Amino acid sequence: MKYLQVEKTSDNIVAITINCPDSKVNKVSSGLLKEISDVLDQIEKEEVTGVAIVSGKADNFVVGADIDELRSKTSDKEVERYIRSGHDILNRLASIRVPKVCAIHGNCLGGGLELTLVADWRIASDSTATVFGLPEVMIGLLPAAGGTHRLPRLVGLRTAMPLMLTGKNLRVKKAKRLGLVDEVVMPHGLKDVAIKRARMLAKKREKRKRKRSLVDFLLESNPIGRGIVFSQARKMVMRQTRGLYPAPLEIIDSVEYGYKKGVLKGLDKDAERFVRLVGRPETKSLMSIFFGMTALKKNPLEKKAKPVRKLAVLGAGLMGSGIAAVSTPVCETLLLKDMTLDAVARGMKEIWKGIAKQVKSGAIEKFEGEKRYGRIVPCDDYRDFRNTDIVIEAVFEDLKLKRKILGDIEANCEAGTIFASNTSSIPIKSIAQGCRRPQNVIGMHYFSPVTRMPLLEIIKTEKTADWVVATALDTGIRQGKTCIIVRDGPGFYTTRILAPLLFEGGLLLSEGAEMQDIDRAMHQFGYPVGPITLLDEVGIDVGAHVAETLSPIMEPRGITSPKDMFRMIEKGYLGRKSGMGMYRYDVPKKKGRKPVNQDVYVMLGNAPRRKFAVEEIQQRVSLMMVNEAALCLQEGIIPSPQVGDMGAILGLGFPPFRGGPFRYVDSTGTDTIVSIMEGLAEKHGVRFTPAPILVQMTKKKNSFYRD
Amino acid sequence: MKPRRVAVIDYCRTPFLRSGTGYSDLMAWQIGRHAVKGLMAKAGVDASVIDHIIMGCVATDVATTNVAREIGLGAGLPERIPAHTCTVACVSANMAVTTGADMIVNGHAEAVIGGGVESFSDPDIKISKAYRKFITDMTMFKKPKTLGGKLKLLRRMKLKDFVLPERPAIGEYSTGLTMVQAAERLARKMGISQEDQDRYAILSHHRAAEATKAGILRREIVPVVSNGSNRPISEDNGFRADATLEKISKLKGVVDRKYGTVTAANSSFLTDGGSAVLLMSEEKAKRLGLKPKAYLKSYIYTGQDLWDELLLGPAVAIPQILKHMKMKLSDIGVFEIHEAFAAQMLGVMQCLESEYLSRKVLGLEGKTGKLRIEKVNVHGGSLSLGHPFGATGGRLIGACCRRLIDEGERYGLIAGCAAGAVGNAMLFENAAR
Repeated sequence: MKYLQVEKTSDNIVAITINCPDSKVNKVSSGLLKEISDVLDQIEKEEVTGVAIVSGKADNFVVGADIDELRSKTSDKEVERYIRSGHDILNRLASIRVPKVCAIHGNCLGGGLELTLVADWRIASDSTATVFGLPEVMIGLLPAAGGTHRLPRLVGLRTAMPLMLTGKNLRVKKAKRLGLVDEVVMPHGLKDVAIKRARMLAKKREKRKRKRSLVDFLLESNPIGRGIVFSQARKMVMRQTRGLYPAPLEIIDSVEYGYKKGVLKGLDKDAERFVRLVGRPETKSLMSIFFGMTALKKNPLEKKAKPVRKLAVLGAGLMGSGIAAVSTPVCETLLLKDMTLDAVARGMKEIWKGIAKQVKSGAIEKFEGEKRYGRIVPCDDYRDFRNTDIVIEAVFEDLKLKRKILGDIEANCEAGTIFASNTSSIPIKSIAQGCRRPQNVIGMHYFSPVTRMPLLEIIKTEKTADWVVATALDTGIRQGKTCIIVRDGPGFYTTRILAPLLFEGGLLLSEGAEMQDIDRAMHQFGYPVGPITLLDEVGIDVGAHVAETLSPIMEPRGITSPKDMFRMIEKGYLGRKSGMGMYRYDVPKKKGRKPVNQDVYVMLGNAPRRKFAVEEIQQRVSLMMVNEAALCLQEGIIPSPQVGDMGAILGLGFPPFRGGPFRYVDSTGTDTIVSIMEGLAEKHGVRFTPAPILVQMTKKKNSFYRD
Repeated sequence: MKPRRVAVIDYCRTPFLRSGTGYSDLMAWQIGRHAVKGLMAKAGVDASVIDHIIMGCVATDVATTNVAREIGLGAGLPERIPAHTCTVACVSANMAVTTGADMIVNGHAEAVIGGGVESFSDPDIKISKAYRKFITDMTMFKKPKTLGGKLKLLRRMKLKDFVLPERPAIGEYSTGLTMVQAAERLARKMGISQEDQDRYAILSHHRAAEATKAGILRREIVPVVSNGSNRPISEDNGFRADATLEKISKLKGVVDRKYGTVTAANSSFLTDGGSAVLLMSEEKAKRLGLKPKAYLKSYIYTGQDLWDELLLGPAVAIPQILKHMKMKLSDIGVFEIHEAFAAQMLGVMQCLESEYLSRKVLGLEGKTGKLRIEKVNVHGGSLSLGHPFGATGGRLIGACCRRLIDEGERYGLIAGCAAGAVGNAMLFENAAR
């Protein structure tokens, strides 16, 4: 057998070790299923008193289904057959009348978790590496191997629903508390433990006692109560996704159907649901993000990267402390510098808060948290900067200041010290202008809040050395970021494509649109927040600075903010941080809505307010970003549509189910996009002129992606 | 073969704080790790070159008996670097450094971190002996099964056994003398007046205040932001810049309110803090392109009479190390001597000038000489900067190396006295000379 190692004890307990060949991780695949089926044939024939299932991998149990295999299936029939064969095998395993025990260390996700759900007993290793979850929803699928039925029956409907609908992971402590695992043991000798437990259960079955609160009992034990839970879940999903994502709704349907018709009928229907979802464009987009992220976790330049032992972050504000927080696990010593030690200490408090949270959730051990904190050395000067491997600056966005600190670093550090700027728009080459070692200068553009935003945009100039790019990339990946490497230029990629979108929001305002209408339309399009709110979050002053930096490449093409928009700064309307921006934050919300800062309407020309068609808003705002992205590809700022899509989704919140600007063009049709844009250009001005690359593609009937 | 030279590469310490102030929420290892991390940052060497970590500590917490190990790990240094803790009362860090130096001299290590840490903010206070016995008998040694048996154990207990903790051991175990008693005895025996003591204490406080103000100490202090705090700690908080003779002379003696001369103002106070020194073989330092600050030339430990020489370690150790090195007191340009009490400092100075001590007690020829106060502890000492027992030696070494460079002197000497009547002296040579 290639995938399984099967042993039998003298008292007829079968121990199955899952160890998929040629891979560091176990995945559910047809090869694995076939072998499990063979083992089941054997077990059904022989005398067996118990089954113990463990993993042969060092740090994972089963990480989920092999998505590559799934994607290689070309017809619906094939997909359906695959799912049904999985059902058959799990049902057979479930129906074996001897105790089945799974002992789990490491990731136990998706199909892996569904496999353990048919066991009678689940043992988890006491380790931060052990994680449970059903992440299918994140790639637009449902847990089709029985998860939607077996999980709620094990841990309760109200516990299971959010797990399936968000795809969030569970750590051991919580999994035990929720009743997903029956016991927690040390991570070594799991096979023996599983065998012993199977033996014990063979002698004496243990009844699992789930403690249910009265509310749970009332809601979950009868169809009426469950009806309430399902309708609540649907409402929540609709509120959060605006119905743009089919998978969560299918999941709720599946669970409900299972409770009404029974597990077997439910599974039968799940195969259809699964096929339906696999065919959806949303699923294709989400999967391509998933694959994109996985691919970007590898560093193709690994060999050129130098080790980073001593890392320095300049600026301990929101960005700086965030960068420091994600850096504590990846270096030996972390210098956190600001103008004053008080500022550093404030940043360190935020870092400690984050660490304490991770410790509490069980993501890291307590002492590991101490170690991470213990790496930080607060500084208010450069005296300890000797032999620093990489310096990441997150100071105020001011070219002069950045040049000055680059000079300071060159004076206080060595020839091998990388200087990375976290600027969001200033071209890296202007920062490096006149410096001694431009080959050491690079951009590392993090997104706020750093600890939560997955993207890191790495900007290389023509002079940046390969080893510098490699080292920055290596650092970013180890910080847990999904990194894209782009070419230098005003606003690089992400800021450059965001600016026209924000400007267009502003222009709509000056034409008389209501702020809420714009935001609502874009939210409906799939953005997490609308452009007007986003502007407030970013800060009007930051926006103004970005506008200024970008004006040389934007203004000639007619892309500008409304006249006088940035005069808001003079009045102190800086956005959320100052209590007033486009909206008002100094007064309470009315019916859950932020009140509009009426003054802004006046400042923008006081046009009479009128209704705009939702579609018009969506097209104008979204296409400004899409077109700019296409130009970036044409100019070589981004190397490929994939990189462009990942950057827009992970950094700017481009609707994930649309797969990014380039996939959006492909799915809408290049010709459609071009003709809409030409129409808009006629009506609203040259800024809507479609990028030459789009026009050419229309002529050649090309698409950005081949699949 | 010429013995290998041991270089002091760098030195770092945390701010020294009066116990119960800024570090009161930290365990000793948490203080110590800041010193070690600060040292690593300052020296700019990869942790992978470190072979061993030794930390001195006196009142170790039972939860972290090998506090050096927790410090090494907690500073994020690689696990493969072994660590041990040593204890010789107030010269513990001195022992940590000389042990590290010996490892280097003997070729067992190339680079060692030596230093120490102390926290008196959260001392282990024991429940009464009777209560401890009750608990251990109940749960470990006798484990009575019956209620009668349990009651029998209980009957031996008095109410106060449950309530009153045991007095922490603060005196010498062998003599029962507390440190302050020893200082008072010394002052009386040598005729050191309270005024003299107070004058010395004020000198120490003023020197510390001036050095702090001038930013001299800043260069070796790593700022500390303790977990969850948003306040940086970057200076020692023990010295009193405004100390005047008039103010402190009003204080009464600690052990003898009527005739006593040793007061809270002319004694060192309970202090929390950590220090760390990076030692390296001369060759290793050269290979790594590091510039040594000084070389450790020699060291000595001494033991004295517990009743009357408890605090005279430096007076006994200094003449002997000089004799061993065939040097005179006047060859030494920099002195850093541990100031447990002003009386002890003045006593040490008197002894060095005494023919009697030299000849009768140590069997040396003639007196050692006069310590020139302008060469001793010029930036403050334990009286003013504070005295975290386990860490003080590291501070003395650091101050000595810094002064050698700043003052352009060739030789520097540090010395200390310790509970148990142990003395120590170490001789350093400026690496630039």
